[in-house]
Amino acid sequence: MNRFWSIVRRDLRLALRQGMDSLMAVMFFVIAVVLFPLGVGPEPNILARIAAGVIWVAALLASMLSLERLFETDFEDGSLELLLLMPLPLEAVVMAKVTAHWLTTGLPLIVAAPLLAVLMNMDGDGFSVLVLALILGTPSLSLVGAVGAALILGSGRGGMLLSLLVLPLFIPVLIFGVSAVDAAISGFPVRAQLLILGAFLLAALPLCPWTSAAALRQALE
Amino acid sequence: MIQKFANPARFIRLSQALLPWMAGLTLAFAAVGLYLGLVVAPADYQQGESVRIMYIHVPAAWMALFCYTAMAIAAAVGLIWKHPLADLAAKSTAPIGAAFTFLALFTGAMWGKPMWGTWWVWDARLTSMLVLFFLYLGYIALVNAFDNPARGIKASSILVLVGFVNVPIIKFSVEWWNTLHQPASVLKIGGPSIHPSMLWPLLLMALAFTTYYLWVLLLRLRGEIIANKIRVLRLRRVHGQA
Repeated sequence: MNRFWSIVRRDLRLALRQGMDSLMAVMFFVIAVVLFPLGVGPEPNILARIAAGVIWVAALLASMLSLERLFETDFEDGSLELLLLMPLPLEAVVMAKVTAHWLTTGLPLIVAAPLLAVLMNMDGDGFSVLVLALILGTPSLSLVGAVGAALILGSGRGGMLLSLLVLPLFIPVLIFGVSAVDAAISGFPVRAQLLILGAFLLAALPLCPWTSAAALRQALE
Repeated sequence: MIQKFANPARFIRLSQALLPWMAGLTLAFAAVGLYLGLVVAPADYQQGESVRIMYIHVPAAWMALFCYTAMAIAAAVGLIWKHPLADLAAKSTAPIGAAFTFLALFTGAMWGKPMWGTWWVWDARLTSMLVLFFLYLGYIALVNAFDNPARGIKASSILVLVGFVNVPIIKFSVEWWNTLHQPASVLKIGGPSIHPSMLWPLLLMALAFTTYYLWVLLLRLRGEIIANKIRVLRLRRVHGQA
């Protein structure tokens, strides 16, 4: 467990020292959402109607863009091979890196989301559910994205390829994340959607580290 | 048993013998199926003549799922037993499956315009078929993304297995979410709820599509094996001269 947290701490320290990386994901998130009122027009009703979807799509893209570097820097400077040699299962290493990724990008997105919901004129009933759905959904995004990030290692094609692989797999999270918020705004119970999001997370939690560890082993062969 | 077919030379001989059969069966099934479907089968009392799109649309959609399942099985065999032909089979199936998926989506849109009054709706089955199409495209992009072809095949084999979760979702989408696309009427408990005059051409077309898939798959596999041979020969010549 100590080794696990030491990897998490290492990744957090790297992210914080380089400073901008995790901040950039949030900035991208904010700017992408802000583009919508400019593109669609500032009518409050339209914005309120699309708010949940826009915020979720932007969160999806922001977390995907930051995933590209999840293993790549370690792969390039060789530290990934040292992590593979650690007396810790590679699955746990992946889990540690995903945890650090979520703390540096997922968490800031969740903090920024209510602010953007205000800008998008979202109905007040949706706020808490939006945050709750993001708390359940963004870890799944980081986990699924880790598989994609491991698969593209060494291809030298980074972002575009990653989006092609990962975005189709993000769709279920998007659908239920948005429908939870929409249900809350229209006054329907949201328990089912949140439970499904939780189920995705519980399924991704064991499966994704396992798969991305397999992909990493292929990449390092 | 599986290992026996891992030998490319044996596969080339075997496929040489099978190719004419597959081609002949495809043409025969398609000829009879199209005749029954386009000429003999009655027009639908509600849908009129456009019901005949079904004889292409439904087999194409079946094949889209069948090809992905075949890819997943081939990828698993390739990963577990390091079976070289299974790896190549997964790689060669992808473009065929993508083509079937596109055909299903395209013919669906052609049928949807007169019947539903719209080319496209965001219905559960349509959306999940579209996702399947993206999964095929992602696979094809990943398999070709690496300088080392072996690495591309291994990485994309893992991707196929991850994406396989979508297949049961597509199959059962019309039962889980009661949406615009009609539920299954052929493969269901209690037998098909479709008249034999329409069922026969449908099944024949499905057979024709399956043999067509096997035919093209054999051709593509032979092409892959020969391309590998050419690569090895070129490398050998370069090294021989150096």
